[in-house]
Amino acid sequence: MGAAFATFCIWILMTVFWALIGVAVPLIIPEKIENRRLIQTMLLLTSVSCYTFWLCIFLMQLNPLIGPELEIRTAQAIVEEWQS
Amino acid sequence: MALFRCEEMALYQLFLQSEAAYNCVGEMGEIGLVQFRDMNPDVNAFQRKFVNEVRRCEEMERKLRFIEKEVKKEAHINIPNNVPDLKQVPAAREMNELDNQLEKLENELRELLSNQEQLQKNFLELTELKQVLLRTSIFFQEGGGHFGAPGGTDPEYQIAPSEDPGASKLGVVAGVIKRELLGAFERVLWRVCRGNVFLKHADIEEPLTDPTTGDSLLKCVFIVFFQGEQLGNRVKKICEGFRATLYPCPEQTAERREMLKGVEARIADLQVVLDQTLSHRTRVLESAAANLPLWFVKVRKIKSIYHTLNLFQVSQKYLQVQCWIPITDIPKIQAALDKGTSDAGSSVPSVLSQVPTKEQPPTFNRTNKFTEGFQTIIDAYGVSSYREMNPMPFTVITFPFLFAVMFGDCGHGLIMALFAGLLIWKEKDIIAAKSKNEIFMMFFGGRYLIFLMGVFSIYTGILYNDLFSKSMNIFGSQWAIPQDVAKTLAGYSDNTDTVELDPKDSFKDKAPYPFGLDPIWQVADNKLDFLNSFKMKLSVILGVMHMLFGVVLSLLNHTYFRKPLNVIAEFIPQVLFLGGLFGYLVFMIIYKWFAFDYTNSASAPQLLITFTDMFMLSAPDDELYSGQYTVQVIILLVGVACVPWMLFVKPTVLYMRHRNPAAGLTFKNLNNLAGDDGEGTEGLISNDELDRENGIGGDDHVISPDTHGAHSSNGNAPGAGGHGGGHGDDDEEFDFGQIMILQAIHTIEFCLGCISHTASYLRLWALSLAHAELSEVLWSMVMSIGLSYDSVFPGILILPPIFAAWAVLTLAILLLMEGLSAFLHALRLHWVEFQSKFYHGEGHLFTPFSFKHIVENPLED
Repeated sequence: MGAAFATFCIWILMTVFWALIGVAVPLIIPEKIENRRLIQTMLLLTSVSCYTFWLCIFLMQLNPLIGPELEIRTAQAIVEEWQS
Repeated sequence: MALFRCEEMALYQLFLQSEAAYNCVGEMGEIGLVQFRDMNPDVNAFQRKFVNEVRRCEEMERKLRFIEKEVKKEAHINIPNNVPDLKQVPAAREMNELDNQLEKLENELRELLSNQEQLQKNFLELTELKQVLLRTSIFFQEGGGHFGAPGGTDPEYQIAPSEDPGASKLGVVAGVIKRELLGAFERVLWRVCRGNVFLKHADIEEPLTDPTTGDSLLKCVFIVFFQGEQLGNRVKKICEGFRATLYPCPEQTAERREMLKGVEARIADLQVVLDQTLSHRTRVLESAAANLPLWFVKVRKIKSIYHTLNLFQVSQKYLQVQCWIPITDIPKIQAALDKGTSDAGSSVPSVLSQVPTKEQPPTFNRTNKFTEGFQTIIDAYGVSSYREMNPMPFTVITFPFLFAVMFGDCGHGLIMALFAGLLIWKEKDIIAAKSKNEIFMMFFGGRYLIFLMGVFSIYTGILYNDLFSKSMNIFGSQWAIPQDVAKTLAGYSDNTDTVELDPKDSFKDKAPYPFGLDPIWQVADNKLDFLNSFKMKLSVILGVMHMLFGVVLSLLNHTYFRKPLNVIAEFIPQVLFLGGLFGYLVFMIIYKWFAFDYTNSASAPQLLITFTDMFMLSAPDDELYSGQYTVQVIILLVGVACVPWMLFVKPTVLYMRHRNPAAGLTFKNLNNLAGDDGEGTEGLISNDELDRENGIGGDDHVISPDTHGAHSSNGNAPGAGGHGGGHGDDDEEFDFGQIMILQAIHTIEFCLGCISHTASYLRLWALSLAHAELSEVLWSMVMSIGLSYDSVFPGILILPPIFAAWAVLTLAILLLMEGLSAFLHALRLHWVEFQSKFYHGEGHLFTPFSFKHIVENPLED
């Protein structure tokens, strides 16, 4: 269950982050800034596109159907470097 | 508002008093917000009212160009480059002053020039004469007593004149000829005179300057001895033919010496005069050069004002013209007109009055230095029609984003962002430098675009986990080699074998890599199997989102232009078709990511096959979810039903609206019955509004203070401008055949386009694959050679040149070539796939009368 919780935490973190950028910040930009509408549009579009991109990569790796095929030397290196 | 749609424009009539006309037009040029129309389109350019003034200005420009050419000849005089624009309209009388000044200056320069030429010609002659005198003394001495010279030193060679009375004295011709002609000269002399002449020559070492052309010539002195007058004449004619200059050369040494002294004195004098002339000329040019840019600007402004005045309709007391004006700028324009009138000292104010019209106004998109680049690339495809949604604010982000999806490398993105950041940081200096290098200026013009592209590429690069083809392991890979496999690794002797990790053992109970692609995939052999499937799905998701966004923008257009028929007959079926069929595909993609993992991977259906099976109405072998077949059939039927919906509803409704006058109960007829006069009393809705709604008269819009926006101030506004003649519109043409054909084209385009455009978005996958592979190839075949040496010694010598090669190839291939390629494809995706859903792009640009361009390039022709 630790995995599900960790997954959920990561997801909520990113969602909140991009929601802040895309929804909250545009609302608090003061009225008198010259290009206010343009900045709001830019922030909203940035957050939507960047969030979608991240979400797709995240969801794709949620339940992988195949695993990586490693060369022996690479596997040995991984065991040494990453797993001890 | 002016960001999402172009500015509201209105056609105005401008009346100017004759005295104030010049100043007012000048002020219009300064603010650059008015587009004048030609009120005399069929009048010849030579018959217009102000043609003389324009001619004078052109004369002045010619004089200025002449002066500029003279100044440029003196390389050390600098023409100042940055002349700040005073933003002042040059007064009308300034033209006369400037004209006189320029005329004086030109005459002076021409006089100086001719004097200088003359002096230089004299100088040349004297120098040549001097050379002749110097060299020929040798010849005479060698010839010695043949000439009976009393100065001859060698008495042996003296021929007593009395000895040979019949022998004619040898005639002498001396002169100077170009060195290259000497050989031919000698040969011709020999042939013509049958060898009876004697030629001697000597080179002049220093090159002489030709006075007219300024070239330096190599010449030589020659002297020809001949006997007899006939030969002499022939020799002289040959000299003429070879354009040799002849000089009288005294035979006596003493005479020669006298002459030489005289010549040298004259040369010295002439040199002094020449120097003084040159320095005077330099002074004149220097003082002119300082003022040149200013004069150019003034003359151009004056000329453009008179050009514009030629567009006016001229009558006794006043001039009038029609012009397009952005509505929000009317106070500014009025103020400028008042300033112009007061500057001219006239008391009669200029009058601006609105002209109602059905023409399509020009499209004016106000941009600042940031948005200008994006607006340019959109206008390159087609200028937006009046008041339709401008895709620019959205393109600011979606274009760099789609570029980045295709480019996707942190390191390359960082380089790109830094380069553009440098251009932005130094932008003031670069603008002031006024570089003429077109390619650099193109990159400079797109600096904000390139900067955003670089920043987004850094983001997508981090997510693709690609840094110069290497992955970063920040959070720790979520794939682990299980213990039992790890133990057996040591047993493998053949190092080319591979071990495949099963998600069951290696990924169980793990959260995915939190930000981006897991770093283990970079070192995996089957990386592409995993990535290709992912990138294709990503492309489809992004594509469908982008296209749906485009369709939604078309809804905004329909509501703005008050065409509810379009909403019902076009927007809704489009959404159902696109969203239903391709939205379902997106749904399946996402659902499959959630619903299937290693436990049931054997029964995971292939989405592409599922999708095609859906269209062929065959039952799926493996189901994604229960009830899938029914759902798919429903979606397919809805989609198929949308096609005749898109095809027939709108033309039918239009036809029925058109056909019902006999029934007499349309609003239109009620309107007509109400009033008999031509103007028609306006009901709440004028007939023009109804016509617009019905689609008659196409997309023309009545141009009055915006009747469509939600913020129209008074309810009577709709009727105000719409005097088409209430009863005239009924007779307008209603070509059912054409409407039907247009609708058919639109439907086919949309439906087939849905499929082909969705597939077209797969280029996002294709290009990012190409980029990643190129990057990897470059690393593994170039850079890793430099890193593969075990010991420091050969390695440290080999690594720098290899790095240099790798860096140059990265910049040239991956940044420039791939960058341009991804730019082009992202642009195509916007122009075709996105904009075809809502954009008409049939407008024309607003081209105001403005001095800005003239001032920015004062010395350009």
